[in-house]
Amino acid sequence: MHASALPVQSHRRRATLIVGAMLAFAAATLLFAGMTGSIRVPLADVPEALRQLATGRPDSLSASLIDLRASRALVAFATGGALALAGLMMQALLRNPLADPYILGVSTGASVGALLAMLLMASALTIDAAALAGAVGVALLLYVLARRDMRSGQAAEGGAAMLLLTGVIVSALCGSLVTLMLSIAPEGRLRSMVFWLIGDLSGAPLRLAPWLVLAGALLFAMKHARAMNVVALHAEAAVTLGVRVGALRKGLFFVSALLTASAVTSAGAIGFVGLIVPHACRFAFGPDHRVLIPATILSGGAFLVLCDTLARTIVAPQQLPVGAITAMIGAPVFLYQLHRLRK
Amino acid sequence: MTMISAHDLTLSAGQRTLVQGLDWAARAGECWSIIGRNGAGKSTLLRTLAGLQPAAAGMVQIGGRALNDWPLEELARQRAFLAQSRHDAFAYTVIESVLSARHPYHAGRYWEGSDDQQIAMTSLAAMEVDDLAARDVRTLSGGERQRVAIAALLAQQTPLLLLDEPANALDLAHQVSTMGLLARLCREQGKTVVMIGHDLNLASRISSHCLLLMGDGRWQAGAVADTMQPALLGDYLGHPIDMLEHGGRRIFIPKESSA
Repeated sequence: MHASALPVQSHRRRATLIVGAMLAFAAATLLFAGMTGSIRVPLADVPEALRQLATGRPDSLSASLIDLRASRALVAFATGGALALAGLMMQALLRNPLADPYILGVSTGASVGALLAMLLMASALTIDAAALAGAVGVALLLYVLARRDMRSGQAAEGGAAMLLLTGVIVSALCGSLVTLMLSIAPEGRLRSMVFWLIGDLSGAPLRLAPWLVLAGALLFAMKHARAMNVVALHAEAAVTLGVRVGALRKGLFFVSALLTASAVTSAGAIGFVGLIVPHACRFAFGPDHRVLIPATILSGGAFLVLCDTLARTIVAPQQLPVGAITAMIGAPVFLYQLHRLRK
Repeated sequence: MTMISAHDLTLSAGQRTLVQGLDWAARAGECWSIIGRNGAGKSTLLRTLAGLQPAAAGMVQIGGRALNDWPLEELARQRAFLAQSRHDAFAYTVIESVLSARHPYHAGRYWEGSDDQQIAMTSLAAMEVDDLAARDVRTLSGGERQRVAIAALLAQQTPLLLLDEPANALDLAHQVSTMGLLARLCREQGKTVVMIGHDLNLASRISSHCLLLMGDGRWQAGAVADTMQPALLGDYLGHPIDMLEHGGRRIFIPKESSA
């Protein structure tokens, strides 16, 4: 039964229930990721290991293993959550369930920056900074090109199509720059560049910055969740319901660009998370953004944690880049979605 | 009391002037029909009145206050707008789409209250679509979707209603009942309705006033008795029109071309 046929109080209860269940699920995936690997941590050892971790002295082998794997899983979680929220925002902004920061070329922009830095043999920190600069650069370029449509909010459908097309073209341009750099790159650096491109969590350090970005974006999204519903339903006519459509579009655009840049900077270009996760959540919980926003972040995080666990165990001891896994799941989902939309 | 007024309003599309120097006012309890041929600027005028697009010159006032001086949320409690068409990208339910019209009453609140639910259901019942409340809006027929959109307009509970072709896609019975509902809102609750329609007979039956647009800048506004004259209508619509009296009602029919 759909939520809206229920009385109002149960809306709140239902939302609390969904978010609570997703939180428990996310915690479970993190624990699962901590236990799974070439050396399995038996379930019986888990409470003692967690106690040691909580006191800050991981002495046993189990505690060390969980510590090691869980910190990688936490990076995956923050990355997945950020990518999923960025996708959800782009979809509300463009009123198109197929929109995704990758389609708009923001992450390809990050790749251009990062690959250029790698080509010039820059330090790891410079590579991150260059990736961020690339992502923000493309976001700014898109913003300038599509500004008129965004500001006026008049031809909402046309404006969204314009932005989407502009994104595809900018993405193609960045893609060709990436190919160019790959073709002139020396043999020794090619492998790390390719791995960066398809997304890899094996070298990603656990940092505070992505969590801060994610928390800020969550606050922004929750504050505007009602308005996002109104815009998703009424497009430009949302103005007549008291929504500052132009300002909201700008906000959504920049926050989702920032989220993408942050995710790509810490873990490389991982595709399709921003597409599949919001789609699955919408299917399961309905299109109300007040429920979708927290649910999407939690499932996005959990999804990428599971994908990463799969990536490092499926052909162990060899590790696959997690981007390959998400793309193999994501591309068929995209095609299925597109086919359904055309019907 | 003047609800909405235009002062020396000029509208243009590209190089073309659609409306020139419109001075016009609609008072509480009046029901206005905007009539003109395709491309005469009817929708442009309505969108300008709603504050969705700027005028080339002049200004619009609602409640004696210029549109730009209103905070958007407060304005949204004064006037509601029905767009000509809509495109549903997401699977919102009918009741969710109507509840979204309660947005201007919820500064800072995350969830609607039970009173909103009540208002939404009453509005759906008024448009005879309350049985569709839990349906996905994308699965509705054109006419059902239009009635749900009008229900959302009612749920917004504004004294001023601006409607772009409300009879669009409705079957005959619902055209008549919807128009009757709008007329009743004006008569009994003192609301102001400004709408665009192509059916002269429906318009003459329920409207108290009429605004004719020529599309080259000329316009004519006044009570139905003065403006809905066959010669004038024929002039503005670009086709000769006959008028018959039938059972105390005026019926307008286009003249057959003699060829």
